[in-house]
Amino acid sequence: MSFEPKNPMVKWVEARLPITGMLHHALYEYPTPKNLSYWWTFGSLAGFMLVVQLITGIVLSMHYTAHVDLAFDSVEHIMRDVNYGWLLRYMHSNGASMFFIVVYLHIFRGLYYGSYKAPRELLWWLGLVIFLLMMATAFMGYVLPWGQMSFWGATVITNLFGAIPVVGDTIVTWLWGGFSVDNPTLNRFFSLHYLLPFVIVGVVILHVWALHTTGSNNPTGIEIKDKQDSIPFHPYYTVKDLFGLGLFLILFSAFLFYAPNWMGHPDNYIPANPLVTPAHIVPEWYFLPFYAILRAVPDKLGGVMLMFGAIAVLFALPWLDKSRIRSARFRPVYKQLFWIFLLDCVVLTYIGGQPAEEPFILIGRIATGYYFVHILILLPLVGMFEKPKPLPASISADVLPKDSSDKEASNA
Amino acid sequence: MTTTTPIEEDGVKRRDFLYIAAGGVGAVGTALAVWPFVAQMNPSADVLALSSTEVELDAIDVGSEITAVWQGKPVFVRHRTKEEIAAAEDVDITTLPDPQADADRVENPAWLIMVGVCTHLGCVPLKESGDYDGWFCPCHGSHYDTSGRIRKGPAPTNLLVPPYEFLSDTTVKIG
Repeated sequence: MSFEPKNPMVKWVEARLPITGMLHHALYEYPTPKNLSYWWTFGSLAGFMLVVQLITGIVLSMHYTAHVDLAFDSVEHIMRDVNYGWLLRYMHSNGASMFFIVVYLHIFRGLYYGSYKAPRELLWWLGLVIFLLMMATAFMGYVLPWGQMSFWGATVITNLFGAIPVVGDTIVTWLWGGFSVDNPTLNRFFSLHYLLPFVIVGVVILHVWALHTTGSNNPTGIEIKDKQDSIPFHPYYTVKDLFGLGLFLILFSAFLFYAPNWMGHPDNYIPANPLVTPAHIVPEWYFLPFYAILRAVPDKLGGVMLMFGAIAVLFALPWLDKSRIRSARFRPVYKQLFWIFLLDCVVLTYIGGQPAEEPFILIGRIATGYYFVHILILLPLVGMFEKPKPLPASISADVLPKDSSDKEASNA
Repeated sequence: MTTTTPIEEDGVKRRDFLYIAAGGVGAVGTALAVWPFVAQMNPSADVLALSSTEVELDAIDVGSEITAVWQGKPVFVRHRTKEEIAAAEDVDITTLPDPQADADRVENPAWLIMVGVCTHLGCVPLKESGDYDGWFCPCHGSHYDTSGRIRKGPAPTNLLVPPYEFLSDTTVKIG
């Protein structure tokens, strides 16, 4: 089913730049497994949130001033004076949280259904690169309002690089452009915060390209074998994704209009003061699990390495997981471990938000240990010893009633 | 059959030399071109110029401290009590995570001057608190003693003592 335009204008363009055909292939005819559940909606929701963040961010930057003396006031100016400024800023700040919510669900979907396994390793890697870029972008964006949490968050995170032996201090000074977080730091963070989303767009294009090369995974984890297993992306999944978007926008609006500061910190409405650290500094919720891992180690370099290691090990996942069965539906032991791992991540998130005192330190250490045990030890072992359940013959055979599957297949 | 690149005796072609030379010049040229874009992020001349600050000491009573600003960072200037000095000196330094005698951290034992930035991740520690009645960092739980030395917690080193000199009995120049 190739793209054959009838409109002479489209034909003329297509002969010179086959962009319409490319979009047609990607968004219309793309053969998609016919059994995708709503867990497969979060990829397109993440794409939607990227666009929301880009548009709101570009208009916010029309009113924002990146200077230590003016940044805080310019954000208040946006909130009070700029037409709909409150709406745009709350969309952007809550949008960041929403973006991370859908991306985390998207990642855990991939973990449950084994979407990282061959031949989708590069697809998984590109996703992790997007995740890393998102974290860098969100961190630098949070610095821009120049409140207390902005300033001290920037101080703590940039100091992480000071843990690097020998050149650590030189690198931190280079990042700051001075001897503390100050105006040069704010300026460069604004510049990079504006740049990185466009880098993310570039990697998203590669991510989707890789996806459309290998095809989507699905709840059975088995590949499309013939035409009966797939349906065109449009209208089936465009409509399904749009319905999911509608539900998601209800959740987004609930935060946006009824609890816009619920996921923020009151301390960030206090202008930055380089001489006073707030009594209890915590990062935004989406960084809490990594913050808990950082604090679990009573050693500066060790904590920093373990925190970056927590993401680095995810890159090795396609090779650590020895099982050739993708979907947890057919992996009785892994299925249980998945939920324990998810619970472990929730515990880490909770601990990251608590002060550095007992019993939180001990719980944080146990949860950090389990995070790495799951990925580095349990995952390879389970793949070797687990006896998987029998796989269905095909996607079609799985979704159609057993007795009528032959008849349905012949009718199709 | 003729060849435009005659083979030398040792097997090295003229083209091999040109290939490596062009690549080498390209690599060096790229590195030189990249350098200003990296170096621009280092502290600028006006930031470097803010190198010292002077503090008046006569207003600081025994047992109190002020926070001065030096290079954008807080500097604690503490007028220590006799008990604090005694506590700082009465420590077996071999037991410390970052062994340093109190005498090596002060010029005049009454005045403890140090950068008020936790050596862990850069928060400002709180005075007169923690397990050693010195400083306590609320961010990640580092305890410092009355000499500003790390005693417990994730910080790797003692609070930094900046270069300083007493200009008179009542004035100190930091930096």
